[in-house]
Amino acid sequence: MSGGRRLFIGIGNPLRGDDAAGLLAARALRALGEEGVEVRELEGEPVDLIEAWEEAEAVLVADAVASGGEPGEVHRIDAAAGPLPAALAGPSTHALGLAEAVELGRALGRLPPRLVVYGIEAARFEAGAAPGAAVREAAQRVAAAAAGELRSAGAER
Amino acid sequence: MSGDGRTRRIETGYLARVEGEGAMHVRVRGDQVEEVELRIFEPPRLFEALLRGRALGEAPDITARICGICPVAYQTSACEAMEDALGIEVEGQLRNLRRLVYCGEWVESHALHLYMLHAPDFLGYESGFAMARDHREVVERGLRAKKAGNRLIELVGGRAVHPVNVRVGGFYRAPERRDLEALRPELERCRDEALETVRWTAGLDFPDLERDYELVALRSPVEGEYPIDHGRIVSSKGIDVEPAGFDATFEEEHVAHSTALHARVRGRGAYLAGPLARFELNRERLSPLAAEAAREAGIGEGCRNPFRSIVVRAVEILYAFDEALRLLDAYQRPDAPAVEFEPRAAVGHGVSEAPRGLLYHRYEIDDAGQIVAARIVPPTSQNQRSIEEDLREFVAANLALPDEELRDRCEQTIRNYDPCISCSTHFLRLEVERQ
Repeated sequence: MSGGRRLFIGIGNPLRGDDAAGLLAARALRALGEEGVEVRELEGEPVDLIEAWEEAEAVLVADAVASGGEPGEVHRIDAAAGPLPAALAGPSTHALGLAEAVELGRALGRLPPRLVVYGIEAARFEAGAAPGAAVREAAQRVAAAAAGELRSAGAER
Repeated sequence: MSGDGRTRRIETGYLARVEGEGAMHVRVRGDQVEEVELRIFEPPRLFEALLRGRALGEAPDITARICGICPVAYQTSACEAMEDALGIEVEGQLRNLRRLVYCGEWVESHALHLYMLHAPDFLGYESGFAMARDHREVVERGLRAKKAGNRLIELVGGRAVHPVNVRVGGFYRAPERRDLEALRPELERCRDEALETVRWTAGLDFPDLERDYELVALRSPVEGEYPIDHGRIVSSKGIDVEPAGFDATFEEEHVAHSTALHARVRGRGAYLAGPLARFELNRERLSPLAAEAAREAGIGEGCRNPFRSIVVRAVEILYAFDEALRLLDAYQRPDAPAVEFEPRAAVGHGVSEAPRGLLYHRYEIDDAGQIVAARIVPPTSQNQRSIEEDLREFVAANLALPDEELRDRCEQTIRNYDPCISCSTHFLRLEVERQ
């Protein structure tokens, strides 16, 4: 049994500029050393995501989004409650991604009880580019918020 | 849809359910298809530049990063090319392991495409998850297949995404037999289910389109073996060359509408690589179970309808599970996990059958083992011309369809190729313009 597994997933492509936002958040969270929290880095392929969050109780996912906001702006969405807003669902460099994974999981009854998405506004997706400063800073903020959120999820058990 | 009756134009956002993004433009005047262009925006040979000056042993890991869907293909072609340059042979159980991890990738890639991306086209769903609500069992079967593929890659390759255990000459560590054995029940179950899937795809409704492609695929030097990890390059119009003959046989050229290179057979034109070509040129080499399933599915005597590629992929999933079980039966842990080598100045060529078709690598290395030059030709750039020609023919034959349906069918025509545009591009938008 999961015993209330708590999981953080960072999604991104390390070679596409700001698209690395979710990965940076995962690394920042790992550096915080939050006890009992599992941290994974994935590319965002739906089947991998559904497998990753199987039997988890609380799952937080960070991914880059391009919805027209300021780079580094962070959106927090309760994905267990309903579909991700269309503006945040794409396009990303992983064309079939998180939004599809959430809906596939929902259709199959395979969503964790708590699923929260942190969308980090990204601006540059050029191949080979490094992530921008605003996105790097946002990844740190997301990691800190996620650590707090996963800590309280653990305390609720 | 807009216009005054003479000029009509349809646009979609990026083309959903294709790995990565790109753009497609179709212009029709009256009953003539005037222009079909696949525009893909290639990061200008980023990886080839990135590889220069790196150690030869880094090529498999660096190129695996090109594609999250088919890292094993990139690793295998890179290894084959380096081994060709170094003059070493990877044989016996090491080669079997290379083939085994590749089976995992075929399953993973084909299952994702078949169940989640392509099947919805045939059943009239806009997405895999919309289909999952009504066809839960089928989609769950697909997820199980993909998971089994993942497991194989993890076990042999070290991890599922960007496997870390693959190296020039073989592997860093050869898996224990008992660890592979533990996978057997899952592989057997998935093989049974794959047979169900072949039957299921055979019952889909296929649009009419028969094309006279020049089919290009590998042919294994091992008698009776379906090509996966290496072989000679052969075609339905008489090509039969070693991987080193790739450049003399095919050429890539810039076209105005795309920053990606388009490949063609020198002196001829478009060619088709991928499952359909592999199947057509090697179907007598399938395992008895897969061959029988193909016959039962109505493609035993051949298949030139690109829409039926979904059946061929189902047959290849079945074959990959069957082959993985055969390799497992024969597995004995090798004494050494890799063939050792000494660097030398040379040029090497490697080709393997990525899920989407031929993946060619060529490296020039110096006597210290550093990469001087690298060239990579992915399957999608080889198939671009064929995709355009399919579209041209399909649109010409189906002009009577309403715009929206025509657009959907065009998308489906592109998805027949499972184009892995993420290897080479950003957005895929589809426009149909009627004048």
